Amino acid sequence: MAKTPVTFTLNGREAATFVDPAANLLDVLRRGLGDLSPKYGCGQGTCGACTVLIDGEPHLSCVTLAETIEGRTVETTNGLQDSAGLHPLQQAFMDGFAAQCGYCTPGMLMAAKALLDRNPSPSREEVIDAIAGNVCRCTGYEPIVDAILTAARAPRRTG
Amino acid sequence: MTLHPGRGFAAINYPIGMNLGGDPSQALVHSTPDGKFMVTLSAIDLGQGMKSVTRQIAAEALGIPISDVYVDTADSDTGPHDMGSFASRGTHRMGNAVIRAATEARTQMLEAAAEELEVDAADLVTDGKGNIHVRGAPSRSITVADTAVAAQFKQGRTLAGRGIFLVPLSDVDAETGEMTPVSCFAHAALIIDLTVDDETGVVEVTNINSAYEVGRALNPKLVEQQLIGGAWMGISHALYETTEPNYPDRSHGPEDFNTYLMPGPGEIVPHHISILERPAPDAPYGGKGPGEMCANPVLPAVANAVYNAVGVRCDSLPITPEKILRGLKANGGARPQGQPLNTPGGRR
Amino acid sequence: MAVEFRKDLFADERDDDLNEIGQPIIRQDILGHVTGRSPFYDDHLYDGLLFMRCVRSPHHHARIRSVDAAAAERMPGVIRLIRPQDVPVNLNTLLSLISFGRDDEPLLAEHRVAYKGEPVMAIIATSDRAALDAVARVRVDYEELPHVLDVEDALKPEAPVVNETYPNNTFDYHDRYDHQKLRFGDVEAAFAQADHIVEGEYQMSPIEQAPIETCGAIAAPETNDRYVCHTSTQALFFSLGTTAKLLDMPSSRLHFIGGTVGGGFGGKVDSHHEPMAVLGAMLTGKPVKYMWDRAEEMQVGAPRGGERWRLKDGVMRDGRIIARAFTGFFDAGAYTRLSSYAVQKATGHLPGPYMIPNVASNVYCVYTNRTPSTAMRGFGITAVDFAIECHMDKAAETVGMDPIELRILNAYRDGDMKAHRRAAKNCALIESCQVVAQKSGWPLSAEAMAQSSLFGGGIGERGVIPETVTDQAGQIGERKRSGLAPEPFAGATARGHVPAGTATDHPATGNAPQREDMEIEAERLGFKVTRGASAPGQTPASPMPQPQPAATVAPAAPRPGAGPAMPPAYTAPAPASQQPVAPPASTRPQPTPPTPPAAPAPAPAAEPYKPEQPFQRGVKRPGVSRFISGSRRR
Repeated sequence: MAKTPVTFTLNGREAATFVDPAANLLDVLRRGLGDLSPKYGCGQGTCGACTVLIDGEPHLSCVTLAETIEGRTVETTNGLQDSAGLHPLQQAFMDGFAAQCGYCTPGMLMAAKALLDRNPSPSREEVIDAIAGNVCRCTGYEPIVDAILTAARAPRRTG
Repeated sequence: MTLHPGRGFAAINYPIGMNLGGDPSQALVHSTPDGKFMVTLSAIDLGQGMKSVTRQIAAEALGIPISDVYVDTADSDTGPHDMGSFASRGTHRMGNAVIRAATEARTQMLEAAAEELEVDAADLVTDGKGNIHVRGAPSRSITVADTAVAAQFKQGRTLAGRGIFLVPLSDVDAETGEMTPVSCFAHAALIIDLTVDDETGVVEVTNINSAYEVGRALNPKLVEQQLIGGAWMGISHALYETTEPNYPDRSHGPEDFNTYLMPGPGEIVPHHISILERPAPDAPYGGKGPGEMCANPVLPAVANAVYNAVGVRCDSLPITPEKILRGLKANGGARPQGQPLNTPGGRR
Repeated sequence: MAVEFRKDLFADERDDDLNEIGQPIIRQDILGHVTGRSPFYDDHLYDGLLFMRCVRSPHHHARIRSVDAAAAERMPGVIRLIRPQDVPVNLNTLLSLISFGRDDEPLLAEHRVAYKGEPVMAIIATSDRAALDAVARVRVDYEELPHVLDVEDALKPEAPVVNETYPNNTFDYHDRYDHQKLRFGDVEAAFAQADHIVEGEYQMSPIEQAPIETCGAIAAPETNDRYVCHTSTQALFFSLGTTAKLLDMPSSRLHFIGGTVGGGFGGKVDSHHEPMAVLGAMLTGKPVKYMWDRAEEMQVGAPRGGERWRLKDGVMRDGRIIARAFTGFFDAGAYTRLSSYAVQKATGHLPGPYMIPNVASNVYCVYTNRTPSTAMRGFGITAVDFAIECHMDKAAETVGMDPIELRILNAYRDGDMKAHRRAAKNCALIESCQVVAQKSGWPLSAEAMAQSSLFGGGIGERGVIPETVTDQAGQIGERKRSGLAPEPFAGATARGHVPAGTATDHPATGNAPQREDMEIEAERLGFKVTRGASAPGQTPASPMPQPQPAATVAPAAPRPGAGPAMPPAYTAPAPASQQPVAPPASTRPQPTPPTPPAAPAPAPAAEPYKPEQPFQRGVKRPGVSRFISGSRRR
């Protein structure tokens, strides 16, 4: 089966790989490029654990054809932490006990980052809308919503 | 359309640990060259916080700061045998094993410190901050780290401990059911407030008040995580979830999260929790695992609240709008049951 | 969300002067979770990883006439088919690890499928897609057989046999009965004396554990003729021992790694993926992953089972419940898994946290042609608690009593004899009821607020085992021949009697298996070492205190401290005096005084933990499997 070359930006760095025509972005990120932060939860686009940002918008990588990201920008939880330390969302999830098993956490973080990037001061309802496609089986969601609101109130990082 | 308010109560107890016993857990503890302690287990952390609670237990039993303890689990080549994380047995069984392993390591630690300080080990205490000193004489002290280094490189002594906890296996009598099922029980009582829409049959849970008796909250935030998430799951079980909506017929079974229904972040219910702590004599620091029992009282409390709201008894789960509407139809409409009997103006 | 700690309650039993215990320390694993670096099983990458998928039954019940996999075998990317004959020991039951029950479930079905979704063959390929495509090309010739899906239909004489190991469609208990019995006192006589009979039937739905990480395992050959297996299991050595048994290898050849699991809730105990993945690695010499997709997780993965419970209460006008009978059905699905265990766990839980002097139950583990059920959060308890607590409200309504007060009136207390014949201890149901009522503004009477778990329990008849009526109905196979009704005592032609007594009358053997060198330092474990021991029946020293802040007190609730003295009937409902089954006093063993543990827990930490005497009448379960030990010889 002929493979297609794909070049894109992954967490600020150029990534290049060859993908099968039917390959999904989740598999390419995880097995092809070794970024294990997006998780497989359903393969159907119904749980949100594989959420990544493509050009700043949240997408379900398990139902995204890898070929379609040619030339685009992809962000994952693996790139949230920078030289300045944890992203405010990561810090807020940590301090707020907003994860138990941790499996939905990377997807939650990316859905929340997409929200805060375009709306730095969201209402509670806007937070709920932003993560409505992400399933969590452990927490009952309240600590997650609270953590996202806490992160939104955290001092902005420069850069 | 009318929204009928309803209030329902339920109380439960829950057996902690594998029924009938016979389920061992082992733990190993040893010091590292820089004077920290490693706890080696085969326990499973599936989100309940096994790695964290065993770390706290080990630190407390060793008498050292939590930052000086690491938990390594679960590798069958290094971690000794454990039956697993189920039946609310993790904290109870493994916690007890860790206490024993840490106690043995502590004994050796105090003996090594005694040799360095040239005192009797029985006169030594830990301050929980990384120091060992003579009881009543804090100036005659040595750090845990220096003790571990001295033990390893000077005294030729290991600071290590083994622990096992095994509740003896009980039989069950064929004729009477006599048995020793478990050795401790957690408790809960819970009040649900909700509304029932008599036109759509939709239930909205509006408030939860609860009292959970957990023996001792070994880590109050981990307990809170379980109680909040467990109550959420209880509501989900009561009102939404089923793999077989036409049980016992197997048709129309959901295969994804679009058709397997659960409440989402938009259905968060305010939950006011009171935690009671009656320590169980055989549990680690008295703590009873709260992870399973927390969901149980929610299901009947929701059912009782629905009855209180509209007079429909849904004895079959989940309590779907369809079942409520069928019940309303059979009753000829909603029959609100009113306030609790002792309320002024309540039925009595 | 608001959390308050009622440290004022039971404060005299706790030493809260601890360093790390009780602190809200952040999770050890949280940094890995928020950076996406926690190592779940699927996060272990192997070059040349192969993927396994299963061919599954589309029928509830069918005979397999033939399997044609020739086309599948020729598909691109297919490396290896795994047939039932490739499984070294293709029959197992999970609890064989504690020697409970007979092997009844194949890893891959060979001649017959007993539920929709049962695997009959596995295919290993170079990609998940190739494996799925090959699965679609396998042709299985099935002869459909009659099936049964309802637990009570399965008990009927005409029902098809679901599981050939248990041809009566029920698990065999004690090599004697098709159910587990509980008999305590005489429910039939008490029902005849009761003012009201309250009956109800309750149904639990099958529920998916739904961890966000689906079940799975990756296995690969290791050096020294061993296999490594990264797994999502909730029970590492349980899965390791099961794998060793099914693959007929010493468990020491297996190296299992796990412990970081994306949710479990009971659904990751079944140990199906580990033997499959290791078998794949053995047969291919390559790393193999076997992982459920979400649809398999929901319909093939074992759910919380449907349970059906019927309750019958005998209730007095004043709200005392003097008798309670249960008939319970656990829908095990096609194979036992852990349902046989849950039946006994539920039996030990009856009649709930209440002091009821006459209790009987028949609980069945029933086979039906559906996905086998297994553990889930609250296993064995959740459904019967739903039944009990809905039923308590019905009883309260029947006698016109406040539902919380009815619970407090009937609540178990320290020293009360439970239906499984052990004294209650460390109780806190009453206090839990009082606290939640207070904070919710649900008014309770002064009498109810003055009650305590510490006092009033174990007095007189409350502390002893009543003379008990038994029966021999429901012998293995009897029901399938005669259509016997499932309720306790139904069809019993004769009654037996077990004399009254105390729990300590029963001979018990064995001691705590822990060696004596397993030491603890009792004074450092957070217990108040001594407490003024109170005699049973003493009035509460400190009635239920008001919560802090007092503003949450329901206005209608009288201050408990000012409440009237307890009517004796409330403190000790004295069921014995009206208990119709009590034999004449002259023939009854004198139950004086009820021996501790009736008294409030005396100095719990004064000595190392010694379990109460184990009950081991003819126990033949060693509790340790030869498969675990790695020295298995057939």
